[in-house]
Amino acid sequence: MSVDLEMEEILKVFFEECAEGLQAMETGLLTLDASADRDTIDAIFRAAHSIKGGAGMFGFMEISQFTHAVETLLDQMRNGSRAVTPDAVQVLFQSIDVMREMTVLAEARQPIVSAHADAVSTLLAQILGREPPGAAAVTTHTAAAAPPPPREPEPAGWRIDFKPHTSLFKTCNDPLRIFRELETLGPLRAVADVAQLPPLAAMDPTLCYLAWNLDLTGSVLQPQVAEIFEWVDADSAIAYRPLVGAGEDEPAPLPPARLAGTPVPVIGVPAPTVPAMVVPVAAAAPSGAAAPAAGRPAADAGSIRVATEKVDALINLVGELVITQSMLGRFSEHYDPENLESLRRGLTHLTRNTRDLQESVLKIRMLPISFSFNRFPRLVHELSRKLGKKVELQLNGENTELDKIVLEKIGDPLVHLVRNSLDHGLETPAARLAAGKSDTGLLELNAFHEGGSVIIEVKDDGAGLNTARILAKARERGLVEPDVTPTNEQIYNLIFAAGFSTAETVSDVSGRGVGMDVVRRNINDLGGHVQVSSTAGRGSTIRIRLPLTLAILEGQMLRVGPETYVISLVSIVETVQPRQAHVQSISGRAEVFKHRDEYLPIIRLHELFGIEPDHREISKGLLVVAESDGKRVAILVDELLAQQQVVIKSLDTNFRHVPGLAGATIHGDGRVALILDVPSLIGKFLEGASPQVDYAA
Amino acid sequence: MQLKTIPERKMNGQLVVAEHEQYVSFMLGGEEYGADITRVQEIKGWDTVTRVPYTPNYILGVVNLRGAIVPVIDLRMRFGLDHVPFEPTTVIVVIRVAAERGERTVGVVVDAVNEVHDIPTANIQPSPDLLGGLIDQVFIKGIATQGGRMVILLDIEKLVNSSIGVA
Repeated sequence: MSVDLEMEEILKVFFEECAEGLQAMETGLLTLDASADRDTIDAIFRAAHSIKGGAGMFGFMEISQFTHAVETLLDQMRNGSRAVTPDAVQVLFQSIDVMREMTVLAEARQPIVSAHADAVSTLLAQILGREPPGAAAVTTHTAAAAPPPPREPEPAGWRIDFKPHTSLFKTCNDPLRIFRELETLGPLRAVADVAQLPPLAAMDPTLCYLAWNLDLTGSVLQPQVAEIFEWVDADSAIAYRPLVGAGEDEPAPLPPARLAGTPVPVIGVPAPTVPAMVVPVAAAAPSGAAAPAAGRPAADAGSIRVATEKVDALINLVGELVITQSMLGRFSEHYDPENLESLRRGLTHLTRNTRDLQESVLKIRMLPISFSFNRFPRLVHELSRKLGKKVELQLNGENTELDKIVLEKIGDPLVHLVRNSLDHGLETPAARLAAGKSDTGLLELNAFHEGGSVIIEVKDDGAGLNTARILAKARERGLVEPDVTPTNEQIYNLIFAAGFSTAETVSDVSGRGVGMDVVRRNINDLGGHVQVSSTAGRGSTIRIRLPLTLAILEGQMLRVGPETYVISLVSIVETVQPRQAHVQSISGRAEVFKHRDEYLPIIRLHELFGIEPDHREISKGLLVVAESDGKRVAILVDELLAQQQVVIKSLDTNFRHVPGLAGATIHGDGRVALILDVPSLIGKFLEGASPQVDYAA
Repeated sequence: MQLKTIPERKMNGQLVVAEHEQYVSFMLGGEEYGADITRVQEIKGWDTVTRVPYTPNYILGVVNLRGAIVPVIDLRMRFGLDHVPFEPTTVIVVIRVAAERGERTVGVVVDAVNEVHDIPTANIQPSPDLLGGLIDQVFIKGIATQGGRMVILLDIEKLVNSSIGVA
């Protein structure tokens, strides 16, 4: 692997960590609203700190400089020198946005110019400059944001008590390098404290037993010094004390070790007991707030961070598979009908192993839906403020796992649905009180498994869908004929029509009428379904049914003549044995099937695909009623075969996209079966294309 | 075009580098054709093919090649030759070619596979114009004579990609 590629990999990890860190900051800030407890601020601070450090290391100076101001503010909150005010929290939220924007730009290798960075920097500077932190002046500073108020005389230098963790060397840090770096700031005197040095026999050469007292002379700002210790401050005790006047505070009873070579441990130097402000930066201690494995939303260069236990489970299973294999292998060596029982047992094992293995492998792609849900507290928080509504957000089933791709693609539709609920669904506090409800609206996001699918619900206790208004609007737009009275369910489906909006005013929240159609299309693209239910005055629920994964399909096998096809079970409404009486032809050619007061166009699959079927009479075959995008059709097939899970293989990889097909799968006997793509089949049928398309050169 | 360098030999103190190209030759309607050996992944026995709708007749369908879905082209039909019943010698030559995105694997049905020819680059002649008709000229890289027989060297990559069409 070339160095460049390696660097790419490392950068990718950095950006992933940034995304996680920002998410952790955001989550932390949201709880900061209610009660400012130390652990939360610590967690936010640590996240900011590591982003700053990483950005600095990779040379994204814009990010590290900006984050520095954020970190400063957080540090002041952390050590209690600044109160956690809603204003400050708001600015921190905005800062996270800027940081996110910057990291995205950095990742895209674009110049890191954030439109809001300056504005937010100014806000940060204002907050930092407003009331200079009192006692914390030593440990914090405001250089990036505003010049620090010169409360103390310019330090003549710094006394640094550096007591590294014994595992210092294991983290690839070398104190010598740190000292050399310090020396670039000014003359340095280093005195080693060997008090912890064990007898030679008991010494582990890989550990660091030394501590140092460093005197750095020169007018240097504390952050400059702190920056040098950036990489070790996580697990080391470092204390900075300004040297007020040269020569005043000079202990150094022995000739200090100059930094030409290895720092010579000087025996007998007492550890100074001067009171100093110790800055423990416990970045290494994960106190539960450490961000869990996350996939960046909208990351196309797919990489997944997988929990170790998932990988371990996989290794265990492969181990069992190997055992089963040797069990079966023995049978082939000593073939004996008496051993048939052990063969049977072996095969049972194999079946179980295979199934477990399949499940575990799929789990690798599964991430908890909280990755999608955790953006909502913030969204709801801000939106409800903007709209002047009181909203309580409830997230249920955040640990429900979904395929990574599904998870990424469901994010935007969910945002849309939540915005809609807030804007159109939930009423203002006054309206709620007038309706006899509590003034705080309840918005629920629920996720759970049902059958082989994941259900996500966006549920509010607002006014519900106004069927009369939707219908009136739809009539006005010509979507519904004046003499037709649609059912409530049909009316609800109207909100998914393109360009449909009943909002009287177009706000920047919603009302433009773009969106719900996109929401439904996105969900259908994922092989899912949306369903709306609503009770006037009581609220509405939008229910999204999604497949667990895109790699596996719950399929219904069906046969037409000699060919076997697979159709997704989700798209099948039902299957009926048609009676000729229910089939009518329109203008001699097109056929429709009367099914529960609805006329469905009949798609003769054999004609569409040019296959010789068993029967041409509809009454001798079966009609599969399939639905896509609100359209229903009846597909004529010869026979229904088994229902089973099939692994979806792409046709595009070696071949090309074929209209009407979603891909292919492999049968138990090794043959290939094609998977029907219902939406495209319907499209193909409606355009009445001929089965033979010649594209040969 | 893949150039094969035969190990350098010292001859009378001189360095002699002979450039050769290797071709897998196969039969099609009594004629011998050659495909660049670096494009040939494997030779596979005849297998049941699953038909795919909306494809030209020379695409027989798709097969399962160790879990990958691979399209199969009938070269006889592609070149407009008569259809003959598949015999035991009928095989699928599995070809790997560069595609728009990475590589693609495609099976090509031929009457029989012959041998591997080691042809000195100098012996490859451009195809004469009169050959046109049966096979489009653009798919022919050249012609070589091996053991008294003529071998038509195909630009298999161009042929396969044009047969599959743009995805």
